[in-house]
Amino acid sequence: MSAPYRIAGKGRLTPARAVRFTFDGKHYAGLEGDTLASALLANGVHLVGRSFKYHRPRGFLSAGAEEPNALVGVHRDAARKTPNVRATVQELYDGLEAVSQNRWPSLALDVGAINDLASPLFSAGFYYKTFMWPKAAWKRFYEPNIRAAAGLGVAPDQADPDHYAARYAHCDVLIVGGGVAGLTAALAAAETGARIMLVDEQAEPAGALRYESGTRIDGQDGWDWAQAAVQTLRGMDNVHLLTRTTAFGYYTQNMVALSERVTEHLAEPQQDLPRERLWQVRAKRVILATGAIERHMVFANNDRPGIMLASAGRSYLNHHGVAVGRRVGIYTANDSAYHAAVDLKQAGVDVPAIVDLRDNPQGPGVDAARALGIPIHAGRAVVGVAGRQRVTAMNVQAKGGGAVNPIPVDALLTSAGWTPSVHLFSQSRGKVAYDDAGKRFLPGVGAQDCVSIGACNGTDDLDDLLSEAIKAGREAAKAAGIATGRAGPKLKATSSESWSGGMIGAGPGADADSKGKAFVDFQNDVTAKDIRQAVREGMQSIEHVKRFTTNGMATDQGKTSNLHGLAIAAEMLGKAVPAVGLTTFRAPYTPVTFGALANYSRGDQFDPTRRTAIHPWAEAKGAVFEDVGQWKRARYFPRAGEDMFAAVNRECRTVREAAGLFDASTLGKIEVVGPDAASFMELLYTNPWQKLEPGRCRYGIMLREDGFIYDDGVVGRLAPDRSHVTTTTGGAARVLNHMEDYLQTEFPHLKVYLTSVSEQWAVIAVQGPKSREIIAPLVEGIDLSDAAMPHMSVREGKICGVPTRLFRMSFTGERGFEVNVPADYGQAVWEALWAEAEKHGACAYGTEAMHVLRAEKGYIIVGQDTDGTATASDVGLDWAVGKKKADFVGKRGMARPDLVAAGRKQLVGLRSPDGKTVLEEGAHLVADPNQKVPMTMIGHVTSSYWSENCGHPIALAMVVDGHNRMGEKLFVPMPNGTIEVEVTGTVFFDETGERLHG
Amino acid sequence: MAEPIGTLRRPALSDKRAARDTVSIKAADPCLRVALRAPRESVAAVSTALGVALPSRPKMSGSDGARSALWLGPDEWLVLDQAGNEMLPALAKVDAFHSAVDVSHRNVGIIVSGRGAADVINAGCPQDLSLTAFHVGACSRTLLGKIEIVLWRIAEDEFRIECWRSFADYADSLLRVAARDVSSS
Repeated sequence: MSAPYRIAGKGRLTPARAVRFTFDGKHYAGLEGDTLASALLANGVHLVGRSFKYHRPRGFLSAGAEEPNALVGVHRDAARKTPNVRATVQELYDGLEAVSQNRWPSLALDVGAINDLASPLFSAGFYYKTFMWPKAAWKRFYEPNIRAAAGLGVAPDQADPDHYAARYAHCDVLIVGGGVAGLTAALAAAETGARIMLVDEQAEPAGALRYESGTRIDGQDGWDWAQAAVQTLRGMDNVHLLTRTTAFGYYTQNMVALSERVTEHLAEPQQDLPRERLWQVRAKRVILATGAIERHMVFANNDRPGIMLASAGRSYLNHHGVAVGRRVGIYTANDSAYHAAVDLKQAGVDVPAIVDLRDNPQGPGVDAARALGIPIHAGRAVVGVAGRQRVTAMNVQAKGGGAVNPIPVDALLTSAGWTPSVHLFSQSRGKVAYDDAGKRFLPGVGAQDCVSIGACNGTDDLDDLLSEAIKAGREAAKAAGIATGRAGPKLKATSSESWSGGMIGAGPGADADSKGKAFVDFQNDVTAKDIRQAVREGMQSIEHVKRFTTNGMATDQGKTSNLHGLAIAAEMLGKAVPAVGLTTFRAPYTPVTFGALANYSRGDQFDPTRRTAIHPWAEAKGAVFEDVGQWKRARYFPRAGEDMFAAVNRECRTVREAAGLFDASTLGKIEVVGPDAASFMELLYTNPWQKLEPGRCRYGIMLREDGFIYDDGVVGRLAPDRSHVTTTTGGAARVLNHMEDYLQTEFPHLKVYLTSVSEQWAVIAVQGPKSREIIAPLVEGIDLSDAAMPHMSVREGKICGVPTRLFRMSFTGERGFEVNVPADYGQAVWEALWAEAEKHGACAYGTEAMHVLRAEKGYIIVGQDTDGTATASDVGLDWAVGKKKADFVGKRGMARPDLVAAGRKQLVGLRSPDGKTVLEEGAHLVADPNQKVPMTMIGHVTSSYWSENCGHPIALAMVVDGHNRMGEKLFVPMPNGTIEVEVTGTVFFDETGERLHG
Repeated sequence: MAEPIGTLRRPALSDKRAARDTVSIKAADPCLRVALRAPRESVAAVSTALGVALPSRPKMSGSDGARSALWLGPDEWLVLDQAGNEMLPALAKVDAFHSAVDVSHRNVGIIVSGRGAADVINAGCPQDLSLTAFHVGACSRTLLGKIEIVLWRIAEDEFRIECWRSFADYADSLLRVAARDVSSS
């Protein structure tokens, strides 16, 4: 396999280093150092894709990251199929498999191209205007079909087997871009000893020196100087050079996000290497040396394969040694394209004509082209081309009109000038300013500690650029606090390159009345005509034009199209370019994979999974777990042959008949310490605390300022100046924040400190008539008799020889204890208690039985029976509100008119008269089931279970005026019929509460 | 603290060890910990009782033998005693207003050491861990991925991470996957 367009002796690749690859199943050979694009071009392949909307044949436009056309799929194996890879960026590796996209049945014969013929239907705003009716059809029919027809690659259908990494980094100076400006600034900054990070998207930094042939620095060819500079920088300890790395986002306070492609270029990546690495860099100073991107000329059928940017043609020639054609035409409004013509001609490629829109082009490039005998057609335009899947001729016409002269070519390089890459500067919230002479937006007033240098700052002259870069490097280091010494680096440079000239907007071949499609945005298939139509239909702001036409909204974010689109709109509107405005640049600069953004956040690292100290025991016993926030909690402990229903019924029965052990470790716990601890509690809870004696506990309710219930829990007073507060599992973190917030902002005069001890203590609830017998043999130093330790008391002592805070309290309505022990002892103490429990026929029970048991007693769960709009009175907890208290958080809120008005939803119990039907939680209640739909709903079910202990279903519900509806019949309309229920009190079991003490 | 069933103690990360050539990750031995809060006027008395001068500036720690106080806030310290010498009895005798709460079992310590240690931690921690910004002895309450940690540099290439017990698995697993990256590059 020979590569017919590779020119012997040209370029920097080594001919002996061959690399094999396939494109659409066909085998090709490239060279090490090729991109997929350069290797295909070496083989004469220009047609590589079909466009998004019209399915037009497309080739390569560029040789870099701005590529809008040449998007391909790269496949490594069944799970590794990456769509929308820019062939101009993908480095070739041995065995690379690439496929074209958005075509059927084949790239050359694509049925979807019918869209191109039907294109009058598909003009700007088409989707918005056409598929308006019927409304439902959009979701079911139009959108799926449009999405299938228009589109790019196919997303992989298997889980991503690769892994991705992330790293935070800090530096004094971050330099983005390793072209001549970035490298020079890096050398200047690095010699001060400052911590430098230099990032470049290429494997070998060089920027424009990759394709420029006329630049010499320090007596060296530009490319050689760049590689020597890279070697120097790599050898310095204070320099961190990242290649194949794109700075894609510039965030507040000089936080810059980088995506490093670690293995995309490797044939067989080492297993431990991440595929990509996301860097989040905080830099004291940022130097943006991001260069400029060449624009194409806008004329009819300017998207034919073979039509490329002049700099791309040069890059393929001078770096990869590949001629983009045998007979290459040039169409330009700018000097730099002449250098492309000169390089091609000198490499032996036929250059039949340079067409220049300018009347009298002058400069070293023009002179050089003329000297080589290349015909220059000044004051003329390319108004169209021949050829469909490859350009075959360019049609040249004088600007003022007249005869059209076709010139046969097999490739056409165009240049409308250079667009400075102000993306990152704009992302940093810096304001760009329009440079009318250069027809470009340049960095204006900055918003962060950054400076733009080189081509992205509009600095075209090489000497100016070098001194600007040296100054920027030294000043950035100085501003970062590094002493810079006296002298900076001295660089001598000469250049025959010229970047001046250029135009924005449509050329003569694309004026309002021309027929062919003159593309502005290749990736989204937006033509000059679409932009004009948008203006005609009333769009005046560029933001509206952009959204109406989708110009610049593709994955390339309009790197080549934005200025052209803007200029065409401005012309139509009769306004100056800056008056029409520039659309906002947003991150990411180039597409970033989800893998890089997610990096470690998958599997075990997706979110912390919290397990209690007793978790291993529960797991060994076959517990079924449920997620409660980040916690895993044992939901029930099924025995052989039991389903959840049977297991929960047994657990509920056993707790009331004998006893049960329950892992309550996830409860939030806060230690409140200080002489004002009781005063603080008095202000944070509705209950009175001052008179609660040490050794006693109280159930407390915490309100928000608005008077609604925020959390609840039992508080044990350990000492006059020390309380042990418990919160709900889900409320642990926010309750501490709430308390800390009030302590710091409202009650800073109180001498009290709050400490989370949620995880210090493992908590084992021992509940049931046999609970005291179970714990008694293990407890030392605490009198467990009812007289010495009544319900709602707390003692400190020892259990199994380790310290315990032993609470006598109950969330089941049975006599109960909660054994708090230091967490590392949790499992050992649980095992000791379990040995005792088994002697008494007790069981381990899970959260489901806990829910049922508390509902049997009418104990609420904040967040299940309340929803943030319930008052203490609504849920029957008036008794917990200290009526005589002068103040507490929520006291005034409680008195708001709508909180005391009649007709509020109140907590009630529900019973099903049939004794069988378990209601669905969340089901709505109505008073009259025969009313018309939509019915008036007067409440909803908050908790509902089968109660084995009661022998019938039980439910809690919030119902309008519920407390006055005792005995009333209400109805629950369900899909399978209406269920009748009776309103009852909320306590279904042991209404007198004797069992707490018995 | 007497520990008659000490053999039954089950630390959260009992048998986890990970070693690569550039970094080692292992669970720290159990130790005594006190969450200490004290206003400025109580610092002297509390320092005397502890036998360690409580540091008063951000990111500072102070040590005396096996006992160390880590500055977490203007009135907040994490005090560790790695020799098992009780701190609470001495603190209970301090009349000056303060709060001392035993959190020995709340936290888990993880030791990350080796020349890749800082890079591994920087996989999830946004702090500048260069020696100039985070010198030996520096400490900070900070983030590791999605959890809160206290980070303490105990040597140039050795850090101690303190996190809450139930977050130790997450911290450990994140550090391991990060070590895979750091060791490979």
